[in-house]
Amino acid sequence: MSEYSPENIKYAKGVVKYFNRLLALIGVLIIFIITQLVNPDFLKPQSEVEFTQLVEEVDAENLIENGIHVSSGLIVDEGYELVMNTCSGCHSLKLVTQNKGNKADWKEVIVWMQETQKLWDLGPTEGPIIAYLAKNYGQSKKGRRMNLENIEWYELE
Amino acid sequence: MAKKKKIGVGELYNKGSKIANEELWGEKYSDFSRRGFLSSSALLAMGTLLGGKVVFGENMPSELIPAGLKDSDNEFFIPGKSGDLIILNDKPWNAETPPHLLDHKVTPSDIMFVRNNGVPPEEINVSTWKLTIEGESAETTKSYTIAELKSRFKQYTYNLTLECGGNGRSEFNPAAKGNQWTLGAVGCSAWTGVRLKDVLEDVGIKSNAVYIGYYGADTHLSGDSNKVVISRGVPIAKAMEEEGLIAWSMNGEDIPVMNGYPLRLVIGGWPASVSGKWLTKIAIRDKVHDGPKMDGYSYRVPKYPVAPGTKVPEEDMKIIESMPVKSLITYPKTGAVIKGNKTFEVRGHAWAGDLLVNEMNISFDFGATWEKCLLEKPVNRLAWQHWKTKVTLPEEGYYEIWAKATDSNGKSQPIIVPGWNPKGYLNNASHRIAVKRIDD
Repeated sequence: MSEYSPENIKYAKGVVKYFNRLLALIGVLIIFIITQLVNPDFLKPQSEVEFTQLVEEVDAENLIENGIHVSSGLIVDEGYELVMNTCSGCHSLKLVTQNKGNKADWKEVIVWMQETQKLWDLGPTEGPIIAYLAKNYGQSKKGRRMNLENIEWYELE
Repeated sequence: MAKKKKIGVGELYNKGSKIANEELWGEKYSDFSRRGFLSSSALLAMGTLLGGKVVFGENMPSELIPAGLKDSDNEFFIPGKSGDLIILNDKPWNAETPPHLLDHKVTPSDIMFVRNNGVPPEEINVSTWKLTIEGESAETTKSYTIAELKSRFKQYTYNLTLECGGNGRSEFNPAAKGNQWTLGAVGCSAWTGVRLKDVLEDVGIKSNAVYIGYYGADTHLSGDSNKVVISRGVPIAKAMEEEGLIAWSMNGEDIPVMNGYPLRLVIGGWPASVSGKWLTKIAIRDKVHDGPKMDGYSYRVPKYPVAPGTKVPEEDMKIIESMPVKSLITYPKTGAVIKGNKTFEVRGHAWAGDLLVNEMNISFDFGATWEKCLLEKPVNRLAWQHWKTKVTLPEEGYYEIWAKATDSNGKSQPIIVPGWNPKGYLNNASHRIAVKRIDD
């Protein structure tokens, strides 16, 4: 069969036609992607944009990433919601997450807050709260001086 | 929705927090927010970026950026461009300054650390604000408006070092409870006001006077309006020093709300908690003042050295007075990579509580040898002193520059963390920065 047989020419024309359509489709896709990059809300009506933002905010409240409840900063483990609800009433949870202690240390802090800072009697929730804190925010073994860490290197001008 | 420019938060804040807030959060500065608080819409925008609302955000000072934002990999943050305070706590507000931002000789107001125990007052009327002096050892009770203080007494300006007693707490082992300050709960700004001494003398001090105690207008976190947040003070001798001020101005302008606007005590060299903010009352006491946070373990250390983790009986604790000798390297910022045998300047400040710093040394061979630095005299008593030196690193590799100040009594900074104490005060261990030399 010759290279230029009518069948082959027809086939080649067909390929070119489909190739052109594919190019056009890719073109449209690229334009769509660029539009989305420049303004992701291009196709959405304004009310839907606002609704999406609201949903995102509510989702953000419950977001858990790498075992951390993102909005509170607490390690997700049995009792974290109890700690979140009890402690954040009066002070930042940053005061919890930056501290360390065993059960006795945390008990001492709770007693101090009850004696001087108007913390109420925690009743049956005290046990689970202390257990959560001592397990997730326990004393860590460190020396008399730590290595310098998390250094962001930069060239000195 | 207008698309925000892709620019680092740090870079924006370097331009000035007001501009940054406008560009980033759409903040418009009204008369109210001149006091430096963020509007609710700005907070919402910030909350969205953080992935959660900013708890207690209505009291957020505009010059502070939440730590969650600063440390995030968010595109708004450009690493190495941080112009930000590090927030340790947002209820109450507590924030410290990264050491390299303390490079100025006089600490700018917007980067001075914040250590709050309660909620700053919200309704502040400067024209009706009154300071009352009273107490068992006051000859009489007198009140002064700020205008009366300004007109009746001679005004003075001093550069005074204020350092939180718990600065450096994060390094103690076992860990001590509280805000985990690292290095930057210190600053030395120019304060203007009248001498505390002159005002106390105007009221009259009885011969049995022992101590003064301050009261401020901040409110307790529990919401109980009868509860005093913090009320500390100093012995009469310290109160009668010439540099002790009742101040209304910081660096020639109104004091920022978070730092005590409109009136505060500034008593340099002692834990900054003796320098009461939002000052409304001073009591002249016939005994050691007994306000909240004078007692128990607050701002106290054991009377004798103890092993780490020791349970120290309350009666064996003593009140912290003068702060220990200490220094900071403010240039270069940690992480500097030096190309080849280039000589570079290393500089910073040193201070020693009530004393002078007599000598300043640095080491870049892990303490094996020390080089003496050029050390300036303080501009006035109780101001920090500036020091500098030149360094050339001998060969390619990793180095740490350690800074060590020595006070006028011959005491110097320890290289490891000093004596453990239950609440983690007075860590004056040597400041260390990491540097590298890379040859082509």
